[in-house]
Parts: sequence; structure tokens; C-alpha cells
Amino acid sequence: MAILSVKKLTKSFGGLTAVSNVSFEIEKGELIGLIGPNGGGKTTVFNLLTGIYVPTSGTVELIKEGKAKQLQGLKPYTICRHGLARTFQNIRLFKDLTVLDNVRIAMHKNVKYGLISSFLHLPSYVKEEKKLVQKSMELLTILKLNEKKDEFAKNLPYGEQRRLEIARALAAEPTLLLLDEPAAGMNPAETSDLKELIALIRDKFNLTVLLIDHDMSLIMNICERIYVLDHGMLIANGTPEEIKRNKLVIEAYLGEDVGDA
Amino acid sequence: MIKIEQFLQQVFNGITLGSIYALVALGYTMVYGIIKLINFAHGGIYMIGAYVGYFCMTFLKIGFFPSLLSAMTICTLLGVTIEKIAYKPLRNATRIAALITAIGVSLFIEYGTMFFVKADVRSYPALTGLLAQKFAVGGFNVSMLQVLILVITVALMFLLQITVKKTRIGKAMRAVSLDKDAAELMGINVNSTITFTFAIGSALAGAAGVLVGIYYTSINPLMGTMPGLKAFIAAVFGGIGLIPGAMIGGYFIGMVEVMVSGYGNSMYRDAVVFGILILVLIVKPAGLLGKNTREKV
Amino acid sequence: MAGFFKKSWAVKLVSLASVFILVQLLISAGFIDSYIQATIATICINIILAVSLNLITGFTGQFSLGHAGFMSIGAYVCAIITLRIGTTGSFILGVFAGAIAAALVGFLVGLPTLRLKGDYLAIATLGLSEIIRIIFTNLKITNGAAGLSYIPRFVNWFWIFIFTVGTVLLIVNYIKSSHGRACIAIREDEIASEAMGINSTRYKVTVFTIGAFCAGIAGALYASYFYDIAPKTFGFLKSIDVLVIVVFGGLGSISGSILAAIVLALISTFLQSFSEIRMILYALMLIIIMIFRPQGLMGSKELSLSLFKKAGKLFSKKERV
Repeated sequence: MAILSVKKLTKSFGGLTAVSNVSFEIEKGELIGLIGPNGGGKTTVFNLLTGIYVPTSGTVELIKEGKAKQLQGLKPYTICRHGLARTFQNIRLFKDLTVLDNVRIAMHKNVKYGLISSFLHLPSYVKEEKKLVQKSMELLTILKLNEKKDEFAKNLPYGEQRRLEIARALAAEPTLLLLDEPAAGMNPAETSDLKELIALIRDKFNLTVLLIDHDMSLIMNICERIYVLDHGMLIANGTPEEIKRNKLVIEAYLGEDVGDA
Repeated sequence: MIKIEQFLQQVFNGITLGSIYALVALGYTMVYGIIKLINFAHGGIYMIGAYVGYFCMTFLKIGFFPSLLSAMTICTLLGVTIEKIAYKPLRNATRIAALITAIGVSLFIEYGTMFFVKADVRSYPALTGLLAQKFAVGGFNVSMLQVLILVITVALMFLLQITVKKTRIGKAMRAVSLDKDAAELMGINVNSTITFTFAIGSALAGAAGVLVGIYYTSINPLMGTMPGLKAFIAAVFGGIGLIPGAMIGGYFIGMVEVMVSGYGNSMYRDAVVFGILILVLIVKPAGLLGKNTREKV
Repeated sequence: MAGFFKKSWAVKLVSLASVFILVQLLISAGFIDSYIQATIATICINIILAVSLNLITGFTGQFSLGHAGFMSIGAYVCAIITLRIGTTGSFILGVFAGAIAAALVGFLVGLPTLRLKGDYLAIATLGLSEIIRIIFTNLKITNGAAGLSYIPRFVNWFWIFIFTVGTVLLIVNYIKSSHGRACIAIREDEIASEAMGINSTRYKVTVFTIGAFCAGIAGALYASYFYDIAPKTFGFLKSIDVLVIVVFGGLGSISGSILAAIVLALISTFLQSFSEIRMILYALMLIIIMIFRPQGLMGSKELSLSLFKKAGKLFSKKERV
């Protein structure tokens, strides 16, 4: 059963078409890779899916409990509330806040006390805040960040910042998780940990995952299906084996360095 | 018939005031274009220009044009100094920090001046000879002074256009305002380009200060605050960062002000200008000539 | 955890009560003359203004230069009501009516303008407060440029204390709630916070409205304490005064704002007859703080017992070495 259906998605900036006529579907529970050379339009697709950019044309449909919901043109926070959460390629943590706060903030949309209670710290505040900390700590424990809960995000080592980005996205309780180059800048050991982590959270939180990365060992290893974007167009899709043999993909990559970004 | 003459008179007054706003707005727009800072101190520089002109003409008695040049020179030095001392250390700071600093510099100039020359209003010496002439053109009065203001403004704008479009330093200015880092990689000296931008902007503000002094004849240490803000509004209206935008905006705001005073209630003059600002910011924040841009994610 | 809450509340309550009683006793005994009382009133009004501006600028990252405008709305509404009715009840009514009027204007104006970023917002709010001032200068009911005088004084130490402590506590509580964290997230990274489900416009408008409400209270207290008000009292420089306090104390530090309000009031008192020097000093302070310590004196830290303990530890460590 499809959970996300993207049809003829197009985005142009002035005269430049960054994403052109991209259509794809994601099944519930799948782990999908989105690859392609630099500047191919991968991050732009993420920005379109999460509402940071408004598509020039095309539709994004989220299917939840049999009901389809059009996401194109909605604000990022609304899309997040519909169940799409993401990480950022260039790490956009709340740097001057603690690890715990970073995660708690992403849970804010489900907080059940209002303005009055926040002014007066009524019992509903105390109860909800307790729950927030508890839930955050559970998440942080899974991502092995529980001991760093009071550290400022900016003081974490790079790999942990990437993990905190994932923790924060999970805190938003998504059904579809979008990971934008989570392995960028990681060493092989960290990447291999990340591989396990992604598989683990997918099962534990019953997630569907869309993953951008340049690290082929990661993508080929854990993704069930892969879409390839080049020059803003979808040039291939299939299982890792099929993609490895696909002529268009090889050409696209040989056109430039198959390197990490 | 009188109505039309009266209207034309107002139009001409609007052009005169607009010229002054345009000159000040150019400084705002160039500085904003290049370092994304609302240089609040710009109104202060304009005021200093007026005072330098006043002292040159009253005490040194060196005549109008030498006084104008002196004011422009001193304002250039002042603008460059401010940039070096106050803004340069904040080049990589947040925009709020830079803006707060600019407010600080503006207050410092205004109240520093007040400390030395006292808060009293001073009267500009009257011009004599040819420059003091008035003549009637088809039923409405034009003073030589107004013509002078218009001519000087147009000449300065023309010079500015040539500098920006035709010279090496102008090319560097445009490059730095497009992309500071890329310009630096291309071998452009970003620091000296920014300094140059401040120098030109301040010189224009200095000229505007002298012109407003002879036009309205009275000056005081806080005279720069309101016109400074209005010139900034003019720059925003035309599209901040764009030189033609500042000119159009300056004339527009000058015209609006004169018309509101002439046909509406002069008490609401400033409110209307601020209202225009808020409207522009909401409807088309990039201004008349600007393009909307989005933050890169 | 619950015990901790109770204990800290008890400590807070006792210390606040003792401050109140101490000052009240000194006033009753005649140790605090009317001049010092006026200074205290100014400090408290500035605390309300600074803490509420800090919520907007320091915590949510929205640069507002329009606080004086909201203050003037509170002042005029309260003055008009107390001038007409003239009872303590009317004063309370006036304070809340003024605050609500200011909040309403803040809400209506914030809705469209808060989409603007950084410096544009600053200019728009500055323009707004100028418009408010010009309107008050031209209205009949506000008596134009001359302003209103002989406003009955109902404010005394009791009311000032209640309103100051009340607004500060409410704002501190708000910041320490999930809503407050959402605001701080917007300051840190608006795009990331939107992507995490936070409706940034909603929180910016909320905070702006709360800030306007508090500025309205401050204005009402001002009107009732200082007898007369005029549009020029609430000009651009008043907004700058508040900004200086916030920047000096630290963007994002409530205790910093309180401390700065006190320190700067004392400086102003000393320089009262040298208003130019005061402004030059303020100007230099803004520049120097921004260049050398842009986070302000306190940064985003709060003055607390644990901070003293930390400082103590640091000190004793240094001594050992």
C-alpha cells in the first residue's frame, strides 16, 4: 500500500528547473534510497516534500489510513503534523540549546497544555512536562545520547550531531522519515553504526524511510529500492542490484566523480 | 487655473525635497546592498554635513561650492572611520548585533554633536547673488536655489552611475554585493570595496546635508533622524540595494510628503510615510524594482 | 521533583515578600523620600518593559523597535479612564484596559509584519510606534501634543510591586514552558523549527502580543505614577532606552534585564542634568557591548544560586593552583 505518491513534481527557480516532472511512490514500511550526482535535485525534492519550497507544479499525496491528503503548498509545520519529518544535510540543530531541549521542541506539536497553563504552571503543565522529559529520554537512550542530555548541541562531536538530528526528527513522531545525507562526514565505523541504527528505528517506530546519501555502501546495503535523480529528472528506479547495472545511472555518475559530498 | 499652478508649485517643491531624500537614500541602499546593514548612522552623517557647511559658510566664509565640497570630504572621512571602527569588527556577527551597533553609532554622532554645538537651532547664512534669485515660470515661483539643488543632485547621481557602471571599483562594488566570498576569491579586495561604498554614500549624505541647510535654513543636531528614516523608507520603496530604486523612492517619498502637507494634514505627513513603509514591506518587501528571494536551505 | 518545586516556590515567595515589606517599611518610616520612590517606580516600569522586550527580541529573536508605542497606548487608555472615573477600581480597570488595547494593536499589527525578517521588522515596528505617536499627537481625546496632565495617582509601592513581580513571573514561566521553548527554537533556526512542526508565525504573534500587553501595563503604571503624559514621552528614544537595557543585560537573560534596569536607572540618576552625556554613554555602551560582548553582560545565563556556586568553585580551584 502506497504511503506517499508524488506526481509530476516540478520546481523551477527563475529560468532554472531544479526538479522536473518527478513521479514516484513509496510503500508503507519501505526503506527507499534517493541518489544522484551533486546538483541532481535530491535536496530540492526533500524541500518540496516538506514544504520548504512550494512546487511550481505537480502533486504530493500522503495516504494515511486509506485517506489521501494533498501536501503541496502546505506550510512546513502542517506537513510535519501530517507525519513527515526530516533531517538536514547541513545540520540545522538548535545549537545553543541542550540535547534534551532539541528533542523536546520537536515534541511540542503534541503538547496538551495551553497558554494559561504555560503562564501559571498548572498541574497540566507539570504532568505534560514530565511526560515530555520521559519520552525524550527514551528516544535519546535509543540513539545513545542519553548521557549527553544536558550538553549544548553545538558542543557535540559531528557524528553525534547527526544522530541528534535523527532523534529530533523522530521526536516529531513521523510516519515517513526523510534523512538527508545522514552519513556525510562520518567515518566507516560510524557509517556502519548508522546503518544498524536506521534499520533499528525503522522497525521500532514502524517507519517508512526515504534516504539521501552519497555513501553507496550505505544505500546499497540497506535500501530496498532506489530512485536516481540526475539534472532534476528521475532516470532510474529499482532494487540496488538493478541500479548497479543500470547504464543511465553509470553514465550519470561517470559524468562526474562518484565521490562523497 | 490657480489650482493647477498651485499643484505645479507643489510638484516642484516635491522634486526638491525628493532630491535630498534621494541623495541620502543612495547611501542607505549602497551600504545595504553590500553588507546588508541598515546604516542608522547615515542620518547622523547627513546632519554633520549640514553643520560642516554651516561652519564653512558662516565662519570661514568660503562660499557655497567650496563649503559643499568640504562637507562632502569631511563626511567621507567620517563614514569611512565609522565603518572601520564600529562595523568592521561586526562583519560576521548577527544582523541584529550590527543593527544595534548602527543605532549606537547614530546616537553617538547626534548627541556627541549636541554636546559640542548645543541643542540650539542654527540658521544657515542666506545665499547671495545669482543663487538668491527667484523667478516665475508660467505662474509658479521657482527659486534659483531649487534649481541648484536639482542640478547638483542630478549631477551627483550621474557621477555615481558612471562610477558604478563604468569603473573598476564600481564593478568590484557590484561583485561584492552579489557574493562577497566569490568576489574575494576572484581577487577583489572586499574590505577596500566596502570602505569605498561607505565613502561614496557618506559624501552624498554630506552634500544632501548642505543642500537641506540652505533650503530650509535651519539645522539642529537631531535633524538627521527623521529624514534619515524617510530616506531609508525611500530606499525600501524603490527596492533596497538598487541604485535606481533609491532615486525613484527618494522622489516618490518627497512628493508624497509635499502633497500630504499641501492638500491633507501636515501633521499626518510622517505617519503617511511610515504607513507607506509598512504597506510596502507587507505587499512587496523587495520594493518596486526588486526581485523576491528566498533563503537557501 | 514535586518537592523541589514546592521548596523553590517557598523560597521565592519568602524572598519576594521580604523585599516588599522591607521597602514598604522604609517608605513608611520616611527613609525613602519621594525622589527615591520615583526612581524605584522608574526601575520597576523599565523592568516590565525590558523583560517583555527581551521575550520578543532576546528569546524569540524578533527585533522590535516599537515598544514605546505599545507603552503609550497603555498610558493613554489608563489615563483617560482614571481621569473620567477616578477610583482605585478605575485604575485597575485602566491598567488592564490599557494592556488589552496595546495587546490588540500588537496582535493586529504583528500578524502581517512579523513575516518580515530581522532589520525589516525593526523598521516596521519603529514606523508603527511613530504612527501611534503621531495619532496621539492629533487626537482630541488625548489633548494633542500637550498631552494629559493631572492624572490621578493610584500607583503606590504595592501596585508597582504586584505588577512588576507578576509580569516577570508570568514571562519566566512562559519561557520555561514548551511554548517558550518553541519560541527559542524559532530564534535559533526558524526553518528547522517549522520543519519540526512549530507554527512560527503563531508564536511570533503570541509573543509580540504578550510583549505589547506588558508594555501596556508599564505605560499605565507610568501614567498613574508620573501625573502627566505627552506623545513625546513615548518617542523613538524611549524604545531605544528599553533596547539598551535588554542588550546590556543580555539578549535572552531575564535576570540580566532586571539587573541592567537597576544599574542603568542609577547611571541615569547620576547623569540627570547631563542628558547629552547620558545618551553618549548609552550609545557607546551599545557599540562596545556589540563589538566585544554581543551576548550582553549576562549572555543568556540567568542569575541563580547555582551560578554563584559554580563561580565559587571556579574561584576556589584557581586558588588551589
